[in-house]
Amino acid sequence: MNSVVASITYRAMLGRKRVWLLALLPVALIAIAVLLRLIGAGHESTTVTLMETFAIGAILPLLGLIAGTGVIAPEIEDGTIIHLLSKPIPRHRIMVTKFAVAASLMVVFAGVPTFLAGYLMIGTEANVAAGFALGAAIGGIAYAAVFLLVGVLTKHAVVVGIIYALVWEGAIGGYVPGARKLSIQQWARTLADQVTTSPALKPDVALSFALPAIVIVTVVAVIWAGQRLRGLSLTGDE
Amino acid sequence: MSVIELNQVSRWYGNVVAVNDVSMTVGPGVTGLLGPNGAGKSTLLHLMAGFLSPSGGTATLDGRPIWRNHEIYRTIGLVPEREGVYGFLTGWQFVQSAARLHGLPDDAAERALDLVEMAPAKDRRIETYSKGMRQRVKVAGALVHDPQVLLLDEPFNGMDPRQRLHLMDLVKKLGAAGRTILFSSHILEEVERVAQQIEVLVAGRHAASGDYREIRRRMTDRPHQFRVRSSDDRRLAAALIADPSSGGVSLTAQGLEVRTEDFRRFTRLLPRLARDLNVHLWQVSPTDEDLESVFSYLSGRS
Repeated sequence: MNSVVASITYRAMLGRKRVWLLALLPVALIAIAVLLRLIGAGHESTTVTLMETFAIGAILPLLGLIAGTGVIAPEIEDGTIIHLLSKPIPRHRIMVTKFAVAASLMVVFAGVPTFLAGYLMIGTEANVAAGFALGAAIGGIAYAAVFLLVGVLTKHAVVVGIIYALVWEGAIGGYVPGARKLSIQQWARTLADQVTTSPALKPDVALSFALPAIVIVTVVAVIWAGQRLRGLSLTGDE
Repeated sequence: MSVIELNQVSRWYGNVVAVNDVSMTVGPGVTGLLGPNGAGKSTLLHLMAGFLSPSGGTATLDGRPIWRNHEIYRTIGLVPEREGVYGFLTGWQFVQSAARLHGLPDDAAERALDLVEMAPAKDRRIETYSKGMRQRVKVAGALVHDPQVLLLDEPFNGMDPRQRLHLMDLVKKLGAAGRTILFSSHILEEVERVAQQIEVLVAGRHAASGDYREIRRRMTDRPHQFRVRSSDDRRLAAALIADPSSGGVSLTAQGLEVRTEDFRRFTRLLPRLARDLNVHLWQVSPTDEDLESVFSYLSGRS
């Protein structure tokens, strides 16, 4: 960890208008929760559905994409990363710091709003809010790690990320049961199920698989990204 | 005293060769890397700065490999050409962050900002800076740790004349103090003014090497082409062809095309002949004086 790298990264992510990119989706989630509550649809099952399809199913991968690629990909694209890389700091340390920033953003912009949305609908009933908050936070951190890696591997990180989220997690995960096992979204549901007692949530993946999988994916992605950064080639304008 | 050594370094992208079998040693003092745009100067500089791996050959700093070695940045300061600086930071925050990334106190940042005369504007955001100011703040960021080696990619681009002179002065001073400095440029005059040693790069190849007198001589001791229009082209042509300095004279509708092997001799010969023959000279213009043709001549010879 390096505090200078972290503070520059936070400023890049949260400065001025850019914070809205992160805040927009969570605000929408909370707004929908409030709306459902107001029209009297604040039941446990509705809450679980909202959490599953919107909070974890849609917002989480998108926020992971914004945070994961945002902490590094634009800097590589415009060359500002040279400022950090031309210093006597091991590059994997720069990468771990970038990951930590992205992870903290996921806790704040995915974990906390998910809890708030759930709480606004049904309070602490069946621990739905806490369960999905945990799932969103940990799942979000894994997403951030994966998209951090994608951001170092390719210039087209956002496109690759959206294709992954839509095609793999959305379509293939929906039709091919085996693919569901390899989905961060499903792992996040499994984690949520550990806390909530609501029968409306029926995870597809066992904890004995989901927990090691989420840890391994996160760690491997960050280490791999660090390796890539060590061998990052930057070219001039020529 | 630090030395960068390139040994038969090549770099290609796919099947495009950007740098081709270049060997050079860059030692203390100021070295200018001269070449036209697209000659591979930036690629070479990035190879020296550890931001590109050589496709072939080796690049070392004091005997240690440069690629994948972050420790070299204790010795190297880099001023990249791209304007990539965090626009949302102020000049002070940018240079201070450079100092802190080196583990240095804030006085290092203050000293570096003073060195480039950016102290008065240091509290403004970098995005409000002119190109020359950005350039200077980048130089300050590269100088915070007082590096033995300073690499600058087209540092004088976009600077106004006063800023340019100031930076040239600074570079010269650092070179005189025994620092190893290399900067790239496509302008011969710029390189001549600052560098003792000049390395010429053309189309990825190391075309020439020497001090500025040597490079100047090689650039003027080449066949020159002139277009001459006069009151009597035919008489002038006959007299010119009689002189050994003329390589060829042809009579065209636009005047005479003269190729000369000896530039200095020709410049004295032509006015004398015109006077003796009582021919009026209306136009004498070089047709291949642009830098590109000078470079292509140099690369053709090596």
